[in-house]
Order: sequence, then C-alpha cells, then structure tokens
Amino acid sequence: MAFTFAAFCYMLALLLTAALIFFAIWHLVLPEYLIHAFFCVMFLCAAEWLTLGLNMPLLAYHIWRYMSRPVMSGPGLYDPTTIMNADILAYCQKEGWCKLAFYLLAFFYYLYGMIYVLVSS
Amino acid sequence: MQFPSGYGLHPQNYIAPSGHYAQGPGKMTSLPLDSQHGDYYSGLYTVPTQNVVTPNTAGQQPGAQQMYGRVLPAPHMAGSALGSFPGATSSASHVHTSASVNHHNSPAVGAANSSVASQGFPSTCGHYAMSTVSNAAYPRVSYSSPPAGDPYGQQMFTSQNAPPVRPIRDNSFSGQNTAISHPSPLPPPPPQQYHQEQSLSGYSTLSWSASGLPSTQDNLLRNHTGSLATANNNPTSPVADSLSSSVMQNVQPPVSSPVVSTVLSGASSARTPAAACHPAEPAASVTQPSELFQQKGMQYGDYVNNQASSAPTPLSSTSDDEEEEEEDEEAGVDSSSTTSSASPGPNSYDALEGGSYPDMLSSSASSPAPDPAPESDPTSAPAPAAAQPSKVAKPFGYGYPALQPGYQNAAAPPGAGPPSASPVYSGFQQYAQYPGLNQLSSGLGGLSLQSAPQPESLRPVNLTQDRNVLPVTPVWAPVPNLNLDLRKLNCSPDSFRCTLTSIPQTQALLNKAKLPLGLLLHPFRDLTQLPVITSNTIVRCRSCRTYINPFVSFIDQRRWKCNLCYRVNDVPEEFMYNPLTRSYGEPHKRPEVQNSTVEFIASSDYMLRPPQPAVYLFVLDVSHNAVEAGYLTILCQSLLENLDKLPGDSRTRIGFLTFDSTIHFYDLQEGLSQPQMLIVSEIDDVFLPTPDSLLVNLHESKELIKDLLNALPTMFTNTRETHSALGPALQAAFKLMSPTGGRVSVFQTQLPSLGAGLLQSREDPNQRSSTKVVQHLGPATDFYKKLALDCSGQQTAVDLFLLSSQYSDLASLACMSKYSAGCIYYYPSFHCTHNPSQAEKLQKDLRRYLTRKIGFEAVMRIRCTKGLSMHTFHGNFFVRSTDLLSLANINPDAGFAVQLSIEESLTDTSLVCFQTALLYTSSKGERRIRVHTLCLPVVSSLADVYAGVDVQAAICLLANMAVDRSVSSSLSDARDALVNAVVDSLSAYGSTISNLQHSALIAPSSLKLFPLYVLALLKQKAFRTGTSTRLDDRVYAMCQIKCQPLVHLMKMIHPNLYRIDRLTDEGAIHVNDRVVPQPPLQKLSAEKLTREGAFLMDCGSVFYIWIGKSCDNNFIEDVLGCPNFASIPQKMTHLPELDTLSSERARSFITWLRDNRPLSPVLHVVKDESPAKTEFFQHLIEDRTEAAFSYYEFLLHIQQHICK
Repeated sequence: MAFTFAAFCYMLALLLTAALIFFAIWHLVLPEYLIHAFFCVMFLCAAEWLTLGLNMPLLAYHIWRYMSRPVMSGPGLYDPTTIMNADILAYCQKEGWCKLAFYLLAFFYYLYGMIYVLVSS
Repeated sequence: MQFPSGYGLHPQNYIAPSGHYAQGPGKMTSLPLDSQHGDYYSGLYTVPTQNVVTPNTAGQQPGAQQMYGRVLPAPHMAGSALGSFPGATSSASHVHTSASVNHHNSPAVGAANSSVASQGFPSTCGHYAMSTVSNAAYPRVSYSSPPAGDPYGQQMFTSQNAPPVRPIRDNSFSGQNTAISHPSPLPPPPPQQYHQEQSLSGYSTLSWSASGLPSTQDNLLRNHTGSLATANNNPTSPVADSLSSSVMQNVQPPVSSPVVSTVLSGASSARTPAAACHPAEPAASVTQPSELFQQKGMQYGDYVNNQASSAPTPLSSTSDDEEEEEEDEEAGVDSSSTTSSASPGPNSYDALEGGSYPDMLSSSASSPAPDPAPESDPTSAPAPAAAQPSKVAKPFGYGYPALQPGYQNAAAPPGAGPPSASPVYSGFQQYAQYPGLNQLSSGLGGLSLQSAPQPESLRPVNLTQDRNVLPVTPVWAPVPNLNLDLRKLNCSPDSFRCTLTSIPQTQALLNKAKLPLGLLLHPFRDLTQLPVITSNTIVRCRSCRTYINPFVSFIDQRRWKCNLCYRVNDVPEEFMYNPLTRSYGEPHKRPEVQNSTVEFIASSDYMLRPPQPAVYLFVLDVSHNAVEAGYLTILCQSLLENLDKLPGDSRTRIGFLTFDSTIHFYDLQEGLSQPQMLIVSEIDDVFLPTPDSLLVNLHESKELIKDLLNALPTMFTNTRETHSALGPALQAAFKLMSPTGGRVSVFQTQLPSLGAGLLQSREDPNQRSSTKVVQHLGPATDFYKKLALDCSGQQTAVDLFLLSSQYSDLASLACMSKYSAGCIYYYPSFHCTHNPSQAEKLQKDLRRYLTRKIGFEAVMRIRCTKGLSMHTFHGNFFVRSTDLLSLANINPDAGFAVQLSIEESLTDTSLVCFQTALLYTSSKGERRIRVHTLCLPVVSSLADVYAGVDVQAAICLLANMAVDRSVSSSLSDARDALVNAVVDSLSAYGSTISNLQHSALIAPSSLKLFPLYVLALLKQKAFRTGTSTRLDDRVYAMCQIKCQPLVHLMKMIHPNLYRIDRLTDEGAIHVNDRVVPQPPLQKLSAEKLTREGAFLMDCGSVFYIWIGKSCDNNFIEDVLGCPNFASIPQKMTHLPELDTLSSERARSFITWLRDNRPLSPVLHVVKDESPAKTEFFQHLIEDRTEAAFSYYEFLLHIQQHICK
C-alpha cells in the first residue's frame, strides 16, 4: 500500500466533488466547470482511463454548453432576459438535479477508487 | 399590513427597503412613505455629486478630457420680458387654477396649525433640495393633519402632482431673467436640485424640513429671485396675494438679499418657493377656498388631482354633485390632457373621493346587469353616450376615436337581438373598428364563422375544394361559449385574447389538439371608456393577490371566493357600500364587479418611491450621415408642434443630447439667454458636464427649448464627422436618466462605429435571397442588452428610431429597446427629400409617438387560475420573476403574448380566468392599476376545443414563437415549425372525424383560415426565404411581430384587399356624418385583380392603391385627379380632395381605415407598370412566387405531410 499519484487524484476528486455537489445546487457555473475540468486533467495525468472515460461525457457537455451560451461579454451562462422563461428555468433546474445525482454517484465512485488504488498498489 | 403591495417588493431598484411598506395602508400611510422617501433621496444624492466632480478634475487635466462650452448659433433674445408668456401656457395655467387652489390653500392651513397640508404644496417647491438629514428632521407632527379616521387619507399620494402651478411660474421666471440679471454661473451647480424637483412634488414635508441646508442655498437664491420676479411681473399676483397668509412669505424673500436668503433657516425659506407659485393663480381661485374648506381635512387636494388626470371628460362635469369637480376636469382638459385621455371614462367613477359616485354614473354603470347588450362597456353607459361626440372630437390619437357615435347607434339594436348571434363579438373591436358591421352582419344573417358558435365553427371544410375560405367581412374574435351573463362581463377581445376560447381540461387533451395555448394582450390600449375607481382599499384576494373581478362568486354578503385560487375572502366594510346606488350591502353591484376592465387609482402601498414625473430625453445622431438624411428637420418640427401636447404635468422634464464622434449636451437651464452646448469628447468614460441643467423643466425652459429646436437642424450642416458614438451617448443618457427614469428616444442613422457598443457590418448582400441559412438574427454584442437592463432597473425605456440607408445591425441595436420596454421604429433608406413617403411616415409616427399616452415605472403581472401556468413571454420588457414583467414605460401600442401550459387537470372547474394587472405611473404622476380579466370555459372534448379556436390569436402566438425559434435556432427550423403546426393540428383534427374521407384536407370551420395565415407568415418578411430580404428589414419585421398588438399584427401578416373603383353605398355605415362604404374583402391573389379595376391594400402600416392599366378613366379622373392612366405620377402619396362622389367615397373609406389605428399609414398609389408594383404584388400571398408555394400548392404540401 502506497500513496500513489492516482490515489492522490482520487482523494482530490473526492474533496472537489463534495464542493461540486453544492455548486450544482447553487448553479455556480464557472467554478463548477473549472473544477471538473481540473480533475479530469488530473485523471488524465494519472492515466486513470476508466474514470476519465466516465467523466468525458460531462466534460463534453460542459464545453458544449459553454460554447452555445447566449451572446454576452462577461463570463457566465445564464441570460437574465431569458432565464425567467419557465421552459428555460425548468431545463436549468433539471440539469442541476441530474448533475447532482451524477456527482453524488461519482463521489462514492472516487471513494471506492481511492481505496482500490491504495489497496492494490 | 392589510394589503401588502403585490408588486411592490423589488427593492433592488430602489434604495428604500421595502420594509417601509410593511406598515400598512392605514391612516398613517404617509408616514412610512415619507421616511422611505428620504432614503431614496439619500441614495440619489450621491450620484450627481460624483458627476459634478468629474468635470472639474477633467478640467485640470487638459487633453485628457476636454469639455468646453460654446454658445449656440441660435440668436435668442432671451430677454423680452414677459414675452415668454406663450399663449398656450398661459391658457393652460388658467385651466389649472382650480387644481392649484388646493395648493394655494394648503399653505394657509399649514401656517395656521403647523400641520402641513402635505399634498399640493410641496410640489410647488420642487426646487428645494432636501438632504439626507431631512429624514430625521422632518416634523412628524405634520402627519397628524390628515384626519385620523379619514379613510381617504391615502389618496393623497395619488394626487401628488401639483402640476397646474408650474407653467405660470415658469413664465414668471423667464420674465425674471430680464428683470434681474440672474447669476447664471452658480459656482457649484446644486446637483440634487432636479432630482428633487421631479420626484419631490407631493411630499411636502421633506422639503419643508430640508430647506435651509447648505446644499440648497443656490436653489434658495434662485427661487427667491424667481419669486421676486413673480411678484413683480405677474399681473394676476395681487389677487392671489390677498388670498392667504402664505403670500406674505412670498413677499418676504425678495426683500431679503440673496445673502440673507442663504442664511434663512428651514421653514420660512422653504415656503417661499411654494408661495412663489401662488401669485400665479388667477382670480378664479378666489371662489374656491370657501368650498374647499368645507371639506374635511386636506384630502381635497388629492382627488382633485385624481380627476384632473383621470377624467378629463366633459361628461363628469355635468354629472357630478361634488363641488370641486367642475374645476377638476377643467384641469383635466388642460393642454396636456393627452396622456390621461385614454382613460377618460365617461363613466369614470373616479370622481368620488372614496364615497359618492355621481348620480348619473350610478345609472350608467349599474346598467350592465339588466342591459342585454353584449359588453358592458359600449352599452353600459347610455348616458355617457350622449356626451360622447364632444370627447370623440378630441384631437388626440385614440384607437378608434371617430367611431363612437356610429357605434353607439349600431350597438344598441343588435345588443337587444337574439343572444346567440349578437353578443358573439363582445367588445370594442367589433363596434369600434367595424362600426357598421353590426348592421352588416345582421343583414348578412351570420355569414361569418363565429355567428353560430357551435355548429358553424365545427362545420368541416374541405380546404382543397373550398376556394374561397376568406370571408368577405373582416374576421372577428370568436366568443367564448359562456352563458350570457358572463359573456357580457367578459373582457374585450381587443385587450385580451386567448388562442383557445375553450380551455382543454388537461394537458393531454391540449397535446392531442396540437394547438398552441396562449394569451395575446394589449393591456394599455387607448380605451374610450374605462371605469376608474378611487377607493381606499383595493379589494384583492389575500392569498393570490387577485383583484376582485366580475367572475368571483359572493358566498354571502360578507365573503367572496377568489376565482383564481378559490380562497374565501372577506368583503371589506368599504366595499359593502355601493357608491353607484348609494346603497349598503350590495357588493356585487360595485363597478369592480361589473366591469372586467377597470382602472384603480393606487394608494401609496403601490409605490416604492414617489411617482416620477414625465422625463423625456432625445438622443440624436448628428453625424454627416444623419445630417445628410435630414431627419432633424422633421423631428424638430414635430417636437415644436407637439411640445405642449407631450404627456406630463408641470414637472415634465426634457433634455437633448446629440452625438457624432463626441457627445454634445445642451444646457437649457432657465436663466440662460441661449442654449449652451457642452461637448464631451471623452467617450471612453462618459461623464455629465452639468448634471442638473441638462434635463430641464419643460415649462420653465420652454423658450430655450424652442430655440434649440429651431437651431438644431442647421447647426450641423457642415459637419464632416462620419463616426457615430452611439454606445457612449447611450451611457450618458443612462446616467442622465437614472435618477428619475423616463423615456429616452434614440435617433440613429448608421452603424455605431466608436466607443463601447461599436458594431461591424455582418450582412452579406449576396446572401439576402439565400434559401438556406439566414445568419445574424441575434445580437452581435450584449452591450445594448446590458444597457437596456440597467435602464430597465432605473425605470428608463429606450425607444429606437433607426433611419438608415444601409445595414445598421438592427438585431444588435434593437436590444436596447427590447429589454427596456421601449419600441422600435425603422425607416429603411430614409431621406427627407429623396424618399418623401418615409419622411411623411416619420412625421406621422412622431406625431403619434410624442402625444400618445405613456405610463412610467410600470410592472405587469398576469395571473391565471390554479392549474394553468405561464411560461414564455413575448414582447418588449424584462421578466423580473416568473410572472412579473418589468416595463420601464408602457405605451398604448405595445402588445404582449404569453404561452400557457396546463399543469394540473382542470376537471373540478368549469371556468378559468386570466387577470392582467398593469401598475403604472401616469404622466400626471398618479399611480394607477389597470386590470383586465378574461373568463373562459373549460371543455373536456376535443371537438369543443376545436370549436373554440381563435385562429388569429393562434397565428400571432405562433409568429411570436417562430421569431424566438429563428433567433435561438435557425430560420429554417422556425419555418418547419410553422408548417408542422398546421400539419399537426389538421391531422389531429382529421383523426377525430373518422367518418369523413381521408383523401381530402379537412379543417373545422374555426381553423379554415389557419393554413392561409401560416402561408402568409411564411411569406412575411420575417420568415421568407428565397426572396431578397435585407437583414435589417427581416429583423425589424421580427421585432414588430414581437411587440405589436394582435389587431395590427394581423394586418401585417395578412393584409386586407378591397376593390375601390366601384364603391357603392350598399351596406355603408355612417360615421360622423360621413358615409363610409364597406367593400367586400378580396382574396390576396392576382386572380382578383383586373386591369379594369383599382384596388386598395391595407397592410397596417402602409396602404397601396393599385391602378389597373385599363382602369376606368372616370375613376382616375374623379379620384386621382389625373386625366388618364398615363398621367398618374409615379410617386403619389395623397388622394386629392375632389368634389366628386367617387372621390368622396374613396377618401372617406381610407380615412375610416386610417382612423382605426394609431399609426397613420402612408398611402402609395401604384401603377400597374411601375417598378413599385413588386412591393404590392409581394403581398399577394395566395399566389405562387419563384421561391414559395401558392396557397393551393401549400395545401397539397400539407396534405402530403398528413398522409405520410
């Protein structure tokens, strides 16, 4: 049992996912995207391909979502003029719930992954 | 708090915490408000101060920010003593006298017992700035002055305007300029002065206590001299002087030298400005006081004003038994009554100060119940009808002003007729817009589709075989299948329409029907009759805040059940008394419960800050391009003509700002001999050179404004500046407006090319007729959107007039109006001489624009029965919460649309209701709430849903949705969605009628126009492909779709075509002693055109008269005044006034069409051979073009899709 880089990545991801769970609820878009991208890169460096593969769809979604955001000069995702439209609001809420579920599952997966790496190495 | 304001609590816009409002509308309402008031100002205070500082620092850094003033070339002899008494103003002031009496008296009261007569008084001392300290300092005692138990105490705030007094004072001020050489360059311009002035009026207490603070010294000084001048110059002053003790104070200040006056402490000095106004009151006021003092307390100041702005109709004068009323509506009729005039209910209940409704009104308003006529409005006031004509004759542009008499005549008989037929078109539209059609339709025996609701609207129509689906008479709104009583009470379809007049019970049923569900609103349209209710407590449901309306049920005498949330509420004591009948215990006879469209005068609970004055700022492009186009001449001319008709009261303020690569401000401070131009070339960080004198009181500085307007068109003739710094100019405008809010009118002629918000040309001319992708329908930058949101937060609306000859990226520029609740006008290839028809259009639009009613700091909330929910909104506004629309300004030409969904099953109810409440500040500074309530039946069968389709509303809603779709997705998506809407709904209908042959394309009669209208939409500029369409034209069409009300939008989508060379009197109607022929509608197809005929096409904003090649020479000669076809000029925009029968008929028909709409359309005479005929022919939507289907092909196309 040794504390490898992969284990470190999992531990970091574990902590950060806990933060992401809250960000998904509060819709803190940019921090959420950045943190998620950050530990995706970490997993890439640690060559944890399975974990990276699990996270790729969400990463791709984030990138697509940010690319197709409304025209605005500053950072941000939500357009104040349309966000109050019930359908967009409902979409954003649904998105938040889905992500919340994903992060919760991911949290336990990272926990398991960390222990697995620690034990197996 | 008994009724926490439903709208109120959005503190982010206001400095004052909403907590103040928790204190309830009781007797002491004024108290919290005023303290809040103080907060408000303290907030404002800081802003201008900063602004002041900036220029100073700028001056120390030469080069960094250059700011210099230069005198305008306009030669203005500011002197000429009293020459500045324009007739209009002085007459207006005479009219005002009655109202001003109150203010006049109030000082006396105030002096006597120290209970400040809070209302009118303060407004007169608008000059007095008050500081933050005043909050603590103001004498609380004064508030006890409203009689404690007086239920009307609250009203005061509705009235706060003391408008009348101003004009006179202005004049005296200008007179004073000559008499005393006014020290115009006051060292530090008192920054807050104007902020005070605008919003202070009505809140006397603050100014009372606040005066004398150091910061106000300059103002004091100024006012003293002003009052001196008044006293000296004004001939009428002696009368007033003798009137009240306060006049003594008036005399005082002149005696004291300016130095002394600055030292003067609070009260006395503060009073002077008020006193300064008194001399202005002519002798008429002398008679008043005695009467006034009979009133209890001081509230008379209020309702007088209420009326002044709400009921300018002559009628109320005859009807009232209240002593002030005569005077009141005098004030209402004054020169600026335009604004309030849209709500001039002949049966205006506003006359009452809470209690006594005028006698005659009682008879009129109580009539709806026994009256068999369709809608309460047209017929509920037989008495008013008599007085109508006089009102109708008003020069202002109402929706359908001239038609009243005609419709009154017409309305009565059919109303008495068989219930199934006549009440069908309940509402104004039918009567007002097609006055004759009542007679006509009764004559035709219910030819149109809605006449016999059930069987007729469901009659299957084989579209492919029935070539003539278009009825010969205009299509009206179908009427909900309600019982007769409810029908009578229901809201006019002109104001409020639903795409399905029978609401499906469940979302599943709605999905099965495949029809859009939504509301089309025209909430602020000009009404000829509107009950205005002044009541202490506005009765609302305690849980959902619904206003009481005709569709609530009274469980017993003391309780009513809300029709939206079904909560049982108590009937307040005041509501038990019916002022109409003067009886107690008949709450169901109250006007609120008898009319589905009512207007309440709101109490202070509905204010977050004192009602703002009308503030107008004009932001004008004066670059080379603009000067070349020459719009300035037209604008300045229109403004000069309409300066007195601008809606507003004595607090009205106006400002100008021009820009090219720099920004030019105009100092119009009264006292200057000429307008001063201040140029700010620092466009990266715009500042206001003199924040307080750029927006000036319209009446005080009228001469300077006129000078400026006369000089402006020639001022920039030799400019070589081609750049346009629109963004910085808008930022400056925002800074200028943010303390008050108001309306900014932007005139722009090219792409903004400098500073923030600069845009690049995005249009590729080669792609104009592309059938594939149309790009750049969305904004290129969010600068304008952000600016609009900022403006919206500060209650400022930005209206855009785009007069460009080339691409100007309207898609980006329009954002400034879209989100600030402004409006957009676009004049492609505008040139004042080369393109006279556009110039004429601008002129007419401006006339309407400047004089139409306006509401400020408005919010609109739409409520609906539990189970329904609103999602997407369409229109120009900012959605502040899921059901609250923030409208910085509201104008009578703005329409809105809302999409609805059914969230819960509506099985346990048979009726659903929708209520729109629009809370706004009138231009007279009154807070008002206009409430529309619509009631619709719930049905459970698909057939009933189809029977109740309102195809026009559905098309308008679909058009709105398609605009959204084309911006968010793509144009082709939107077009597909439109086609799918037809395919889906018709195939869904086809599957319900299995017994009929499936090969044919069957539609219910109610939907038979659906494919035609959708085809029209597909060929509309906004959505067409394949035909060369400039991007700006397309975007403008989209903007129009989003913000036009239904009536206008339908004309735009599907124009009306009439043959006019053979007009006869058959079926003609009589309007104002004129005979208006009613030619039948023609299909929009070239097959209907004959070379022997002449045709008129009514496209809403433009009329075309197409003259066939071999048109009868008699017609050409009699109507056009030309000997033969060949001699008709190419550009003809007027029909000559010839004294022939056919000319008279044609002209009266066109005039009648014109009178039916607010924007006077421009007429084009199109010869068969002229190049302009393509314009005409592209509106013939049933014909095939190289890029689009003909109507028949379109039907086959749909059929194919259905069979697939």
